[in-house]
Amino acid sequence: MNEIVIEAKEVKKTLGKGAGQVQALRGIDCTLRRGELTLLMGPSGSGKTTLLLILGCMLTPSSGTVSICGTSTSNADTEALARIRRDHIGFVFQSYHLFPTLTAAQNVQLALDIRGEYGRAAARKAREALGLVGLEQKARSRPGGLSGGEQQRVAIARALVANPSVILADEPTSALDSDNGRTVMRILAETAHERDRAVLVVTHDPRVVPFGDRIIEIEDGILVNETSDEPDRLRLPKAAASGP
Amino acid sequence: MSLVMTLASRNLFHDRLRFIATLVGIVFSVVLVMIQMGLFLGFGRMVTTMIDHANADLWVLPKGAKCFEDPSLLDVKLRDKVTSVDGVASVVPLVIGFSDWRLDSGEMTPVLIIATDLKDDALLPWNVVEGDVRELSKSGGVAVDRSYFDRLGIKGLGAIAEIRGRRVKVVALTDGIRSFTTTPYVFVDLKNARLYTGTFPNRASNLSIRLKPQANRAELIEAIRAQVGDAEVLTSDEFRSRSRSFWLFGTGAGAALFAGALLGVIVGTVIVAQTLYSSTKDHLSEFATLRAMGSSNNYIYSVIIYQALLNAVIGFILAAAIGYVVVEMTAKSALPIVITPWLVAVLLALTIVMCVSSGIVAIIRVVRIDPVTVFMR
Repeated sequence: MNEIVIEAKEVKKTLGKGAGQVQALRGIDCTLRRGELTLLMGPSGSGKTTLLLILGCMLTPSSGTVSICGTSTSNADTEALARIRRDHIGFVFQSYHLFPTLTAAQNVQLALDIRGEYGRAAARKAREALGLVGLEQKARSRPGGLSGGEQQRVAIARALVANPSVILADEPTSALDSDNGRTVMRILAETAHERDRAVLVVTHDPRVVPFGDRIIEIEDGILVNETSDEPDRLRLPKAAASGP
Repeated sequence: MSLVMTLASRNLFHDRLRFIATLVGIVFSVVLVMIQMGLFLGFGRMVTTMIDHANADLWVLPKGAKCFEDPSLLDVKLRDKVTSVDGVASVVPLVIGFSDWRLDSGEMTPVLIIATDLKDDALLPWNVVEGDVRELSKSGGVAVDRSYFDRLGIKGLGAIAEIRGRRVKVVALTDGIRSFTTTPYVFVDLKNARLYTGTFPNRASNLSIRLKPQANRAELIEAIRAQVGDAEVLTSDEFRSRSRSFWLFGTGAGAALFAGALLGVIVGTVIVAQTLYSSTKDHLSEFATLRAMGSSNNYIYSVIIYQALLNAVIGFILAAAIGYVVVEMTAKSALPIVITPWLVAVLLALTIVMCVSSGIVAIIRVVRIDPVTVFMR
């Protein structure tokens, strides 16, 4: 069994206040392991983004616990959560969120910069990361001069460059055509398998299913199904087993 | 090198129109402060120019005299008392007073008579470019600055005019002895000065004292004070300070200059704060992305602070260039703007403080960024 890098136990999350209050997550148990690409799927409003935000230390659960590489996020303030993200997590966003005034290489290097890694070594690492996603020759291009697929690959390079334990990707293929979508998913799968990272992809795109080692389905804030390409990993979450 | 500087400069230069507007604000503010403070320094120098050029260690002034031009008078007999103090080298009475200069056209213009005994060089005209100061001892000899030709209605050396109905002749011309009050200085002999100003022979405006070398100044001051009764004994530095204090603060001129400078700082701060806030607001999604990636707040603050510093440095360089031109243009005016290296350093520091403190508003906005917003678009 691969090493667990993220572990969530009995995670509940209530969003909003008063009459507008919504229970987005109703007791989630899940783990992310090294070397595994996990797909988190579910319809809109099912709670998958909220779960991603909690696993990515953007939000703290209303109850339950989350630990990232052995570090609990309970009682962590915003700066401590930012430190956990910086130390352990790389993000790939649906809208890429590249810096339009920086080159592709600088966008990647930025992930090292915020960790205090500067200079030639950082620039070399950034170029290597762009090489991993096949964009070394576009290092000097600005995001505006790149296609959507290329921009997402730069974003993946940015997520990878600091060697985080976990890559969390939010709908990384939703803005891409089939070819680019496949390329992006192939890179993420290679990241999981060849670079031994835990990769979680939040998606509702059925085209990405073949790339997942494990698929977690969420509905109404509850994990309703979990399938794995390895039979011993297959299990139903407690909430789903006990019924709605 | 960190990308903070790159990010800050790109954010700043990305919207050129806003950047130019920011610079205009900073330059306006810094130039305003520079001119106000330069006027303050220039004024401070102008009001003490006579004391600066007097050959005196100490001064005896009528009690309560506020400045060099003060019209109060003291008894000239004090000269003998002070001269008797051991350690005093010379005591020279000065007569200073306003009078009327009559132009050829018949018009009158006020002048400030400055007179001392020509046998001593307590306060003789300096920067003499034409004529001979010794000629002042002749009846009706006067020395004026050539910048006042128009004002005095004369054309040069040898010009004839009248002071209080008495014929005077310009026997010496100086360059750059200008009065901050616009009233021209006219140097004359002590005897003539009494006639032109209506000062009795037993009265003088003040006494300038020179001490013997190696004299104990502190002890001599006390000894002279014991001799002069109600009159005051001041060192040249004290006299300068008193004159400056009177003209700059007693008249409100200094307060007005400081108020102008303060206004400049406020205007500059508001403009920079507004544009930095606006720039930060435009780049909020980028700052949120940085935060989502795990950047510390300090990293984001440093981007904003670098933007402010860039604004400050570029704005200051432009303002300093304008300041240099203004200094050159006013060098020969009645009130030159004086910019010293010290003032330049203070202005640079002030510009940096102004721009960086302006960044606080933007920082307050950034503190409220929720990295979750990155996932919402």
